Amino acid sequence: MSNDIHLKISNLSVAYGGIQAVKDISIEVPKGKIVTLIGSNGAGKSTTLRTIAGVVKPKEGSIQFNGEEILGKSPDYIVTRGITLVPEGRRVFDNLTVLENLKIGAYVHKHRLEEDIEQVYRLFPRLKERAWQFAGTLSGGEQQMLAVGRALMSRPKMIMMDEPSLGLAPLIIKDIFNIIKTVNAEGITVLLIEQNANLALKIADHAYVMETGVITLEGTGAALLADESVKEAYLGKRKE
Amino acid sequence: MMKMKKNTKILLSVLILIAAVAALWYLDANKNQYSYAISILQRSAIYAIAAVAMNMLTGFTGLFSLGQAGFMAIGAYTVAILTIPVEMRANVYYINGIADFLANLSLPFWAALILGGVLAALVGFFVGIPVLRLKSDYLAIATLGFSEIIRAIIAAPQLDRITNGSYGLKSIPAFSSVFEAFFIAGICILLMILIINSSYGRAFKAIKEDETAAQAMGINLFKHKSMSFIISCFFTGIAGGLLAVFMRSIDSKTFQIALTYDILLIVVLGGLGSITGSVIGAFLMTAGREWLRFFDNPLMIGGFQVPLFRTGFRMVIFSLILMAVVLYYRKGLFGDKEFTWDRMYNFFIRLRDRIRRKTPEKGDKGNV
Repeated sequence: MSNDIHLKISNLSVAYGGIQAVKDISIEVPKGKIVTLIGSNGAGKSTTLRTIAGVVKPKEGSIQFNGEEILGKSPDYIVTRGITLVPEGRRVFDNLTVLENLKIGAYVHKHRLEEDIEQVYRLFPRLKERAWQFAGTLSGGEQQMLAVGRALMSRPKMIMMDEPSLGLAPLIIKDIFNIIKTVNAEGITVLLIEQNANLALKIADHAYVMETGVITLEGTGAALLADESVKEAYLGKRKE
Repeated sequence: MMKMKKNTKILLSVLILIAAVAALWYLDANKNQYSYAISILQRSAIYAIAAVAMNMLTGFTGLFSLGQAGFMAIGAYTVAILTIPVEMRANVYYINGIADFLANLSLPFWAALILGGVLAALVGFFVGIPVLRLKSDYLAIATLGFSEIIRAIIAAPQLDRITNGSYGLKSIPAFSSVFEAFFIAGICILLMILIINSSYGRAFKAIKEDETAAQAMGINLFKHKSMSFIISCFFTGIAGGLLAVFMRSIDSKTFQIALTYDILLIVVLGGLGSITGSVIGAFLMTAGREWLRFFDNPLMIGGFQVPLFRTGFRMVIFSLILMAVVLYYRKGLFGDKEFTWDRMYNFFIRLRDRIRRKTPEKGDKGNV
């Protein structure tokens, strides 16, 4: 069975200075699935993603990707292994064109550049229309498209998204979730962090709830959606 | 945006290139008559290399370094020490004598020039290890300090037998022809353009824009910052070597912080992130200083001597112009855009429209 587990985090603890942001968590992400990590501000979700990406060095634990230990490896090595992070707040390169943004995304995977660009254009025709526009002039939704497209350029096996719906209008958030589904349909595993628990749980195959650094609940998306405590804490159901 | 035909643009570029070469040819043929103009142009070309190198670091990678003078000094001293004719050396090092291993060591100009660049790059590599972990202003302060350290080392009495200490070096052989400086400048700038347009250049731009996002794309921040710094140091060293040949005598005071500021001014004036801006800025700055010499001479109007016109006044005017440029063209002459014929063409179209608008015509607004 272990072949089906793409990413396996075991007993991971991360501390910033004296504060423990993540305490002894274990997460499994199966291949080709959408897994979401929900929780309120400061629960340690972003820290977990940043640790997987190699930006933050953990205190202890293990992160295995396709059976290879990637803990303590440099961020650029981890990208070459096939994990790409779509950072919080989109972070496209404002003063570069859409095309340049995409080319930078292919930094670790330079051969077959044209082919990869065509592939992204096929998924997001809007980006093709705006290829020569500066990324900073795109709308929020288009920027998120670009951020995802840019991440796809590195030919990831798993894509991690940090709050993709942040700061976007409800109508556009729907588009973003469609994008996530499209990416997943291409066979790419998705690890999604969201505060918009409702939508995240709806598309997730499996979900984890994180609170103050620990995993408090896990289950299929549908199961958590129906869970009373989740409803109360994250989905806005009032106490009777 | 109006576009010109591609052929027209190529034709214009070729014409400008031919005109430039022809002008140089003419100057070369009449060396004695135009030595002043030639020296201004040569200094501009040398500054252009240093400015583009600094722009690559500051304008494209977002690393603000103020170590230019130090790295130029390394290039300049390497070229000077290795190219002063052996028979002249006793004369140059007349006070302390020359170190034994150097006495007969001499290299052809081009080899010394490349060695100067390589040494500057090597020092850049070691300086970069601690310094590139700093950000923005702190990096500037650290590199500024380093540049002064290099200058102090050069002037140190312990190195008298190598660098001739505070007496400086003279009798450096001059350029063999007028073209040499321009040719080398052209090659250096072309190489830097190729680097900036390569995938490494894109990585530099990504780092400047957003380090976190660049890291998420798999770009190794430290490696690419070092790379940009080392390449910039290499070309700065080359510029220094050329400066030594141009000036024919150098000492540690040549490479004071004022030299760095000159380069910085060119880069800011031309526009951070614009290579053509830096090149044009280098020529404008160097030539501008000379044109303004007019203000240094006494001016008589109807028998009355205008009191401000005396030596040093040009620098006041120069500073005022710079302030005006910084205030009204906050991003420099070109911003982060490159000079293109289309841009030039549109500039004139807009200018024409603006003049015409005083007598409005219908159907003319579409061009704005």
